[in-house]
Amino acid sequence: MAANSDIVTIRNVTKSYRRGSQIVPVLEDISFSIQSGEFLALMGPSGSGKSTLLNLIAGIDKVDSGSIIIGGCEITTLSETELARWRAVNVGFVFQFYNLIPVLTAYENVELPLLLTRLSRRERREHVEAALEIVNLADRMDHRPSQLSGGQQQRVAIARAIVTDPAILVADEPTGDLDRVSAGEILSLMDHLVQDFDKTIIMVTHDPRAAEKAHIIRHLEKGLLTDR
Amino acid sequence: MFMLKYILRNAFRHKLRALLTVTGVAIAILAFGLLRTLVGLWYLGVESSSSTRLVARNAISLVFSLPISYKERIRQIPGVTKAGAMNWFGGIYISEKNFFPNFAIEPQAFLDLYPEFLLSPEEQKGFLLDRQGAVVGQKLANTHGWKLGDRVILKGTIFPGQWEFVIRGIYRGAQRSTDETQFFFNWDYLNESLRRTIPRRADQAGIYIVGVANPEKAAEVAQAIDASFKNSLAETMTETEKAFQLSFVAMTEAIMIAIKIVSYVVIVIIMVVAANTMAMTARERISEYATLKTLGFQWHHIAAAVFGESLFIAILGGIAGIFGTFPAALFIEKELSQFFPTFQVTTTTTVLQLSAAILVGATASIFPTWRAATIRIAVGLRRIG
Ligand SMILES: Nc1ncnc2c1ncn2[C@@H]1O[C@H](COP(=O)(O)OP(=O)(O)OP(=O)(O)O)[C@@H](O)[C@H]1O
Ligand SMILES: [Mg+2]
Repeated sequence: MAANSDIVTIRNVTKSYRRGSQIVPVLEDISFSIQSGEFLALMGPSGSGKSTLLNLIAGIDKVDSGSIIIGGCEITTLSETELARWRAVNVGFVFQFYNLIPVLTAYENVELPLLLTRLSRRERREHVEAALEIVNLADRMDHRPSQLSGGQQQRVAIARAIVTDPAILVADEPTGDLDRVSAGEILSLMDHLVQDFDKTIIMVTHDPRAAEKAHIIRHLEKGLLTDR
Repeated sequence: MFMLKYILRNAFRHKLRALLTVTGVAIAILAFGLLRTLVGLWYLGVESSSSTRLVARNAISLVFSLPISYKERIRQIPGVTKAGAMNWFGGIYISEKNFFPNFAIEPQAFLDLYPEFLLSPEEQKGFLLDRQGAVVGQKLANTHGWKLGDRVILKGTIFPGQWEFVIRGIYRGAQRSTDETQFFFNWDYLNESLRRTIPRRADQAGIYIVGVANPEKAAEVAQAIDASFKNSLAETMTETEKAFQLSFVAMTEAIMIAIKIVSYVVIVIIMVVAANTMAMTARERISEYATLKTLGFQWHHIAAAVFGESLFIAILGGIAGIFGTFPAALFIEKELSQFFPTFQVTTTTTVLQLSAAILVGATASIFPTWRAATIRIAVGLRRIG
């Protein structure tokens, strides 16, 4: 759709952690923007602050200073509760270790974000089935995570991320725990989501093959964004 | 509805751990219930003693008796309605393990002063008319298979000899707590036999049971009785039946207080154990809770999940414990009937047990609930492994 509008705008963001009495700066004055429908890979050495930056964009951590505007909403000023509601509607999450709830079936895991909406049971079922269809796991919806392979679990996680139809997906090393074949499947799936569903994806990765799939690669080094 | 499903599945995630915790809580609640029942029964026994009855005994000690001539003098004292002699007989039925309390008591005084022992008019008459008549509690009669008209022989210990009685009445208690294991017989039978065999021990009352018109004046009447025997050969010491019972059981009261404390200690112990288990469980699931928060669930959703699980496990254990208490109490009542005239688990005890279980579940989850609810997502997610 509107391929040239900025969906994420980050301005002068800094973030540091306190370790005892020491303050450890992690991000120093980060500014960049992401256009809608982009597939962005965030790379950099371990400890460079990739996950931290991703968490800030996804609204699960707080900046020290600076601003993050997503879809026209300044999220740095939102309260915890407002942020939680905002996340539920606007962001889908994919984690390295899938983070599925072990006691719930694939279907129930995907249904989770919908429980916070006003959708009826039947509407939820339609959404869940559609999402599982997209990740090609409709036949496994009654399986528990322990009964699925890593790649399948990650696909369930992706279904969970897209079931509320958020504009943005964030993924922290989504292929980091997968073999090459499964990783390839996941990357194709993400590509498919960008191409055919207009999702904007921000993906942290160490995997050059994963980065290849992305439209844009950003490097983070010692808290600073470098262009390659 | 999701919450309920999630709580239930979480509760049985570690089957062995859940089973052990539930069993632990169940045993604690069972023990708590039995101890409370024991304590409750003991106090009930004391409470159920009549406030319209006084007991007059020899001021020196219970071992010493009072002359039978005192009876008329006590009756004369204003506020007194009835007075009757009573002696602890200490007879043995066949063997010592059949112990039950047995007393010689004046039949008329017995019938007038103990309305809690229910007898039919025929039985009352039979008891009054038969010098060898005896009245026994329903439970005692059941234990030994006694029926009206049966002859029963007690071997005397304090008063030597073989004493033969005829069952003239089998009383039921007016209340559940009324002791139905006692044996009463005609005081005249004892006294007349003593006149023939050991004359110096005849015409002596172990104690006097004294009825008062107005329970509120009981203390004054007791004082008046004691005053009128001041400086006589045998001074009296008169107190309410309750005080008398209490002085009798002063030591057992200390034991009861100890048992009460132990019953609470049991609950505190299981509380600590359950809290440890819940903390362990919540710690293992921190990243899971962080994930739920990431998806937009709020702190109170997480809190409800942790709290609910703890409460569920504790209540499950509590219910198991409560259901175990009844057969256990029945067993005690059957096997130890000579010590416990009744071993009835009251509704109060059951309510206390359930409350204790809820308390265990609630307190055990305070810390884990707080941790899970307040964990920062970014920190919780890093805990993945
Ligand atoms: N909660 C925290 N408390 C203290 N320090 C933290 C915390 N979270 C992250 N850090 C520190 O911030 C820095 C950046 O961490 P981050 O997880 O963003 O790195 P990363 O680029 O994702 O690394 P990796 O590739 O290993 O995942 C690291 O030095 C890390 O130790
Ligand atoms: Mg990282």
